[in-house]
Amino acid sequence: MLLTSAFLIPCSLFKLQKMWSLTDISSAIHNWLNQTFNPTWALIIEMVIAGIAVIGLFAVLGLVLVLMERRVAAWMQIRLGPNRVGPFGLMQSMADTLKLLVKEGMTPDGADKFLFNLAPFIAMMVAMLLMAPIAFAKGFQLWDMNIGVLYISAVSSIMVISILMAGWASNNKYSLMGAMRSGAQIVSYELSAGLSILTIVVLTGSLNITDIINAQADGWWVFKGHIPVIISFVIFIIAVTAETNRAPFDLAEAESELTAGFHTEYSGMKFALFFLAEYINVFIVCAIGATLFLGGWMPFHIGHWEAFNHAMDYIPSSVWFFGKTFFLIFVIMWFRWTFPRLRIDQLLNLEWKYLLPISMFNLLLATAVAILGWHF
Amino acid sequence: MFEEIGTTTEGDLIINVGPQHPATHGVLHLVITLNGETIKKVEPHLGYIHRSIEKMCESLTYRQFIYVTSRMDYLSAHINNHACAMCVEKGMQIEVPERAQVIRVIMDELTRIASHELWWGAMAMDIGAFTPFFHAFREREKINEIMEETCGARLTMNYYVPGGLMADLHPDFQKKVKEFIVLFKRKIDEYDELVTGNIIFINRMKGVGFLSKEDAISYGCSGPAARGSGVNSDIRKLYPYAVYDKVQFDEVLETGCDSLARYMIRIREMKQSIRIIEQLIDNIPEGDFQAKTKAVLKLPKGEFYTRVETARGELGVYIVSEGGTTPYRIKFRSPGFSNLSALDHMARGSKLGDLVAMMGTLDLVIPDIDR
Amino acid sequence: MFIVKYIKDVFGGLKSLLIGMRRTGYYFTHHKEIITEQYPDNRDTLVLADRFKGEVVMPHDENNEHRCTGCTACELACPNATLKVVTKFDITPEGKKKKAIDKLVYHLELCTMCNLCIVACPSDAIVMAQTFEHSVFNRADLTKILNNPGSKIMDGVE
Repeated sequence: MLLTSAFLIPCSLFKLQKMWSLTDISSAIHNWLNQTFNPTWALIIEMVIAGIAVIGLFAVLGLVLVLMERRVAAWMQIRLGPNRVGPFGLMQSMADTLKLLVKEGMTPDGADKFLFNLAPFIAMMVAMLLMAPIAFAKGFQLWDMNIGVLYISAVSSIMVISILMAGWASNNKYSLMGAMRSGAQIVSYELSAGLSILTIVVLTGSLNITDIINAQADGWWVFKGHIPVIISFVIFIIAVTAETNRAPFDLAEAESELTAGFHTEYSGMKFALFFLAEYINVFIVCAIGATLFLGGWMPFHIGHWEAFNHAMDYIPSSVWFFGKTFFLIFVIMWFRWTFPRLRIDQLLNLEWKYLLPISMFNLLLATAVAILGWHF
Repeated sequence: MFEEIGTTTEGDLIINVGPQHPATHGVLHLVITLNGETIKKVEPHLGYIHRSIEKMCESLTYRQFIYVTSRMDYLSAHINNHACAMCVEKGMQIEVPERAQVIRVIMDELTRIASHELWWGAMAMDIGAFTPFFHAFREREKINEIMEETCGARLTMNYYVPGGLMADLHPDFQKKVKEFIVLFKRKIDEYDELVTGNIIFINRMKGVGFLSKEDAISYGCSGPAARGSGVNSDIRKLYPYAVYDKVQFDEVLETGCDSLARYMIRIREMKQSIRIIEQLIDNIPEGDFQAKTKAVLKLPKGEFYTRVETARGELGVYIVSEGGTTPYRIKFRSPGFSNLSALDHMARGSKLGDLVAMMGTLDLVIPDIDR
Repeated sequence: MFIVKYIKDVFGGLKSLLIGMRRTGYYFTHHKEIITEQYPDNRDTLVLADRFKGEVVMPHDENNEHRCTGCTACELACPNATLKVVTKFDITPEGKKKKAIDKLVYHLELCTMCNLCIVACPSDAIVMAQTFEHSVFNRADLTKILNNPGSKIMDGVE
């Protein structure tokens, strides 16, 4: 179960014809490396390639998501959005990044310098770690561990440490308040996010991401799981919006109350890392949502429509995965540009009085569905 | 450990909201004593945008000082100018032509709508929704265009002069205003969809910033802030000026006493303003737009006071004249100052997030508070 | 019934949120109402209202003649000492001395576009121009002389 076997997971369950497949590319590289070098070196080189690929994906996702957010916001706000840099403003986020790179990264005098500088890197590292168990396409996964879902919910809660660290080390009252709010918020919403993930685990009977995806070959959980899965899907979306500190749950950086919350004192690339980590986190939680509820890279299949199913199979699995993920990202952006922000006590009320009881009851319901085999 | 982050000995956290802060829309400085998230005390500090407008007016003639008052409550510039022009007219006993009176009322009500539009967007932005701000500006832009066409400017118009108006209406004015009325009636329902009905918004507003009727009176609140607490304070009804006694409109009253009541007051007031404009726009009488006045205005010796209802409340203009061409002393009673004084009373015991909702519904314009 | 109210609350809340999302979703898909001005690009087609108060100018006719008599009414009307009339004495053909303007100095940096000078002018010598791009690199450039060099007063304007 190490990174090696990771690079290629032969998906023997479904022998579907693909127009092009990322599996072929990864296995070709794997075979070539093993022929050329001895297995240890091949392993090290594969790790390096995986690391570079993750960092590259980070950069691209950061640029794409920032541009997407600005465009979505602009259109909802009857504006045009970025349209000056490059064709259709496509280079805008490039220019922003360049500006942040050349900006001085200030460290305030009274700050705890070590923690202050460490915090953005922890935020990034958490986001990178979360990348490991995600299946980007059929047979294209960094690490197919048997406890994938547990790993995700465990690692994602480390995120709060970076925010608390940043808020405390900044020696700024706004930052401290933002960090404390964020602490209370993330700890609470972990619960309902975890419980709604458990619904799928109960139905699938496995914590393994590949197993979960394979269980959805004949229909995505959100369709075949009846009402319990739909409820847990809604709760999952709400909970992860809160967990990633995005509006309407952006209390940690509540602009009109705390200027910029926990990253008030950050500037330059250190701020950019927080900014990037937020978007990467959004991507990751949406990818998890797509994997658990919308079938990951699994194409859309309807019952016995063989011709239709066959046509759907011709769309590459990576397109399916990214399509679903970006749809969920769009929904989360849609929330952000529509709703007002909650107050801290209302935020906790929503979790403890509404989401948690509902998701607990829902888990019971899902268990009954799973035991009685009511799902398709 | 706690001393290091600047708390007092009692363990309170003191934070500064302003003078440069996204919530204050200007240079208001609030020193807030917090216990955790709960507010113990709010201390407004003024003086960051003091331009001594009252003193400036003492050195300007009665024709000149009107334009300065646009810079006080810049969102209801026309209404400020109206108060000043009326005060001079009262002193000089100038009879303003009917046409000018009607146009003044239409302009005032358009200004009131524009001001409430901006308030609506800015308040929604304060509590975290960014989109309404741009939607509000879309309609406000239409009013600005109408103003630009007739008055020549979009914000500080200086269209009112003692005795009437500076120029006659633009030929397209009536057509454009009618188009705006049709558009606005459609759009105000969208506001309800986007903000008013929203469950998060209602929860943020309901019961927040409670100001009882007695407190509203004793703090001298006026305008929507007082009417939200059920105080009859509409100067247009109580002491009608211009042609307000000849048009049909309701004084909007709510008894909720909280932020939601003050919010609803403004939304309903916009509809009443539209009602006033609808009655007048087709009935602008023909005639002069300006009364014949002397080249040099000299107010007789004495004291003169007029008051009008701006978008924020009661604006009083008090002129003491020694008989010269400039006022001896001038004093403005601005609505924002009294409304702001109630903030501490309202905010005690509520959460920090509520403070922005309260400030939003008080509709503070800082240059109006701090002249 | 507590539980019924609870469920009603949840669904009512969700419905209100969906109504708001429908509105923003409508604008996301319909771009008809976008009101953004593409400002420096549309400079050629930009039309300002003809009463727009941009800057005080003095129109001259084709003979380089203006209508200003130098009466200083504008200077007196101005609240900010924006206008300054500098007069000189011309010798008329009959040999009489006649007062005329030498320069009408206009300080754009002091002007608040209040229009009081235009209203005060008895001979309509000055008007408001619809220009609005007033930025300059040197503050001295904002002090303008409104009458053209060598211009003189129009016949028949007293």
